[in-house]
Amino acid sequence: MPEQLAYTIEVFLNGLMAGVLYALVALGFVLIYKASGIFNYAQGVMALFAAMTLVGIQNGQVPFAHLINAIFGTDVHKFGWTVHSFLAILLTVIVMIALAWAVQKFVFKHLVGQEPIILFMATIGLAYFLEGVADLMWGSELKALNVCAADGVCLPQGLNMWIDETTFNAFGYGFFIDNLDIVASIVAAILVIGLVMFAQYTKQGRAMRAVADDHQAALSVGVSLNFIWVLVWSLAGFVALVAGIMWGAKSGVQFSLSLIALKALPVLMLGGFTSIPGAIVGGLIIGVGEKLFEFLIGAPFLGGATENWFAYMLALLFLVFRPQGLFGEKIIERV
Amino acid sequence: MKDSADSYQTADGRTIGPVVMEMKNITLRFGGVEAIKDISFDIREGEIRAIIGPNGAGKSSMLNVISGFYVPQEGEVWYKGARRPSMKPYQVAEQGIARTFQNIALFEGMSVLDNVMTGRLPHMNTGLFFQSFWKGKAEREEIENREVAEKIIDFLEIQAIRKTPVARLPYGLKKRVELARALAAEPSILLLDEPMAGMNVEEKEDMSRFILDVNDEFGTTIALIEHDMGVVMDLSDRVVVMDYGKKIGDGTPSEVRNNQDVIDAYLGVAHD
Repeated sequence: MPEQLAYTIEVFLNGLMAGVLYALVALGFVLIYKASGIFNYAQGVMALFAAMTLVGIQNGQVPFAHLINAIFGTDVHKFGWTVHSFLAILLTVIVMIALAWAVQKFVFKHLVGQEPIILFMATIGLAYFLEGVADLMWGSELKALNVCAADGVCLPQGLNMWIDETTFNAFGYGFFIDNLDIVASIVAAILVIGLVMFAQYTKQGRAMRAVADDHQAALSVGVSLNFIWVLVWSLAGFVALVAGIMWGAKSGVQFSLSLIALKALPVLMLGGFTSIPGAIVGGLIIGVGEKLFEFLIGAPFLGGATENWFAYMLALLFLVFRPQGLFGEKIIERV
Repeated sequence: MKDSADSYQTADGRTIGPVVMEMKNITLRFGGVEAIKDISFDIREGEIRAIIGPNGAGKSSMLNVISGFYVPQEGEVWYKGARRPSMKPYQVAEQGIARTFQNIALFEGMSVLDNVMTGRLPHMNTGLFFQSFWKGKAEREEIENREVAEKIIDFLEIQAIRKTPVARLPYGLKKRVELARALAAEPSILLLDEPMAGMNVEEKEDMSRFILDVNDEFGTTIALIEHDMGVVMDLSDRVVVMDYGKKIGDGTPSEVRNNQDVIDAYLGVAHD
């Protein structure tokens, strides 16, 4: 295999893997937007919150330790135990469901029928509130995230292990592809298939699709909008947890994690806000596009660092020429 | 006047049962506008009950009160012998009151079969946990309900379009799919909001036939709103006539037809 071609393939594959992570975040947006028309700016912070909660539970951290110590003059920081990853994930899922319930109960239940911009502002408020709660609960220092099924069987850490040796032996060229990215892709694929099956074949999935399609009609067949909204926020919380684990394993759990939400925006412009396959394909296109652009044009001709703006430029082009995205519902205005 | 607990036979041999729903002194306001003014009437089991009136008479508002979409400021709704507390539309649906909409509210992105299956949702009560694994109870429940849905689809003669996405169907068929979805709930009361609006003569005849068949075959109580006087008079057992939010007539089609207020409302009053 010629060196140049192999290198291009490697860049392509790396882009695909990065795209999977973008797609994961975008998926959370689509779930909520489809069912309620709310553009959830807090999706990125939810990923951060989920990852911090997971690490906190794993390490046996006392939640709100600073607050408790300040009020009661105590000095507690840790329970002194560690929790198995599976149990910790399960507990985090429960926390995310509770969060979904609280968000619906205390915020969006009172905003039913409001303008989209008001709902959007509410999610911005939610984002900062949640960020504050995460800080207060678990502290703001950078944490490493280790998820292990058993001793030694762990989610690979990012930028640590590559499959270069294996592929070198097989193809005569060592592909530098992060092991974590491969795991993340598999997990994302399972997650998407699971979500689609849930939506297609279960009673609640059918109700969910009904609500996404027509609120009035859904009410008339006995679907509680409130229940469905809690359900989609829970699902989005679960997706956020998966995204948080993957990003956390890649670059540590830190507050900049919440900014990945911004990277999901161009993905949504491409894929359309209402399409689950769109979120996946959009994520992959952005991931591959920005890596290939950087490699083929950015680095040699433009002085590099094009990855920072390429996605947004692509989104802008889409907005001009195909505003509903690749798979979004077509906008037809009847006159 | 028959007693509300009595049953009686119609001329064509159907049995009309006791009162299943009673509206008592319903008043509904939007801001300063009174859409419904102090209206009372009842619906008996197994009958076809029509609400008619000119445009803006408050017919649709009345249907929305029955189905829980609007909450009246005054008055009581009695259902199956008990006063119905204020509830959400989905709770009303769970109680066995299904409806269609004047402007068709189907799930456009879903297939006809999926749309009809949503009508079965109140009959499916497996929890989220078991549904997620889709085995045992969830699977059995899906099969049972699928059978009911298929029966309704056969009955309304829409087998040929079972798998078609609703968005692709012509208007007349959409109306029929909406009826199928409401019927799939096996409702105690079926509410039809202008089932024949915008239809041509042939489609109207089809729809009338289906409404009569549904009532005959399943004994479903039907309350419908219609514009078209002729159709209503042929279909219904009893008719409520509304005008400007008030009830101006109530009785059998022939009684209503000869009511002077009704004639005035429809044909206009001669001003002297």
